[in-house]
Amino acid sequence: MSKVIRFLPLILFVLLAILLFRGLSLDPTAMPSALEGKAFPEFQLTELQDENKTLSKDDFADGIKLVNVWATWCPGCKYEHPFLLKIARDKRFALYGVNYKDARDDALQWLEQYNNPFQFTMFDVDGKLGMDLGVYGAPETFVVDHNNRIRKRFAGILDEAVWQQQFEPLLLQLQQEVQDSSNNTRG
Amino acid sequence: MTLQIIKPVIKQVTTLLLALLTSALVNAGPIDTYQFPDEVTKKRFQQLVYELRCPKCQNQNLADSNSMIAVDLRKQVYDMLLEGRSDMEIVNFMVERYGDYVLYKPKVTAATYLLWFGPIGFIIIGGIIIAIFVRKSNTKTQPLTAEQQRQLDDILNE
Repeated sequence: MSKVIRFLPLILFVLLAILLFRGLSLDPTAMPSALEGKAFPEFQLTELQDENKTLSKDDFADGIKLVNVWATWCPGCKYEHPFLLKIARDKRFALYGVNYKDARDDALQWLEQYNNPFQFTMFDVDGKLGMDLGVYGAPETFVVDHNNRIRKRFAGILDEAVWQQQFEPLLLQLQQEVQDSSNNTRG
Repeated sequence: MTLQIIKPVIKQVTTLLLALLTSALVNAGPIDTYQFPDEVTKKRFQQLVYELRCPKCQNQNLADSNSMIAVDLRKQVYDMLLEGRSDMEIVNFMVERYGDYVLYKPKVTAATYLLWFGPIGFIIIGGIIIAIFVRKSNTKTQPLTAEQQRQLDDILNE
């Protein structure tokens, strides 16, 4: 018994060291999304290219969707843009943009200059949709399934590595789900 | 003579200390020009932005941060207060969007029991350990032998 007590400080130290060492490898900016699994929030926003046209959730395509939140004031968005152009060619999902707290002219010029990867872009000038999405910066990308539920939220710059690791497996899973649900309705 | 030299020094030091002390009272946070209908709403606003964490800036609350999202969320808190929403509704609004992360004062749930009651638990455990050690060392005291007692008496009588 007394031997155990003698080693108690060492044991406690080792346990604490393991705990704190684990803490070092955690990403402090990783924030669990409160919205995963929840329905995409309702919105009424004008289209970036046409301020007389109102967009809502009904304008989304039926299948899988990717919604990218961007702005011209966001350096990361510029870096990410070529990758968005690349995935825009992917036929498995529709890519939409949310122009977040930006000026319409700047945003239009941006799309003119760097090309437009989006099927359409919602013009969220006062960040209301952004707030409902829990956006706290840009860029952020949301994966929305065929039932208009948010399945993933990614805060940060999309690139090939992130895409392969986090998005490809989810897309495969979602495609399977779409297939299953269409089988069920048929059967 | 020496007092006369020291006097101005003391005065300077007290001025410096006073300046340091009062500077701690100055609020260096961002200033919004919100108008409140009454003092209670103002207090509630200050309490809410103090307890809500800025999602972007990690270690700041909404009151301290000047990042865009903190400004927006302060505005949101203000608007909701004027709409007559309760503190609970406002906190839930934030949690629905940004998760439990935004709470600097976490809710008491099964996941946060350790956080809330851990310190009390550690104090109790520590107290028990100390009690055990104290009791043990008490029982170990042995009476002096006759020889030791004689030596002690010699020393005391010297």
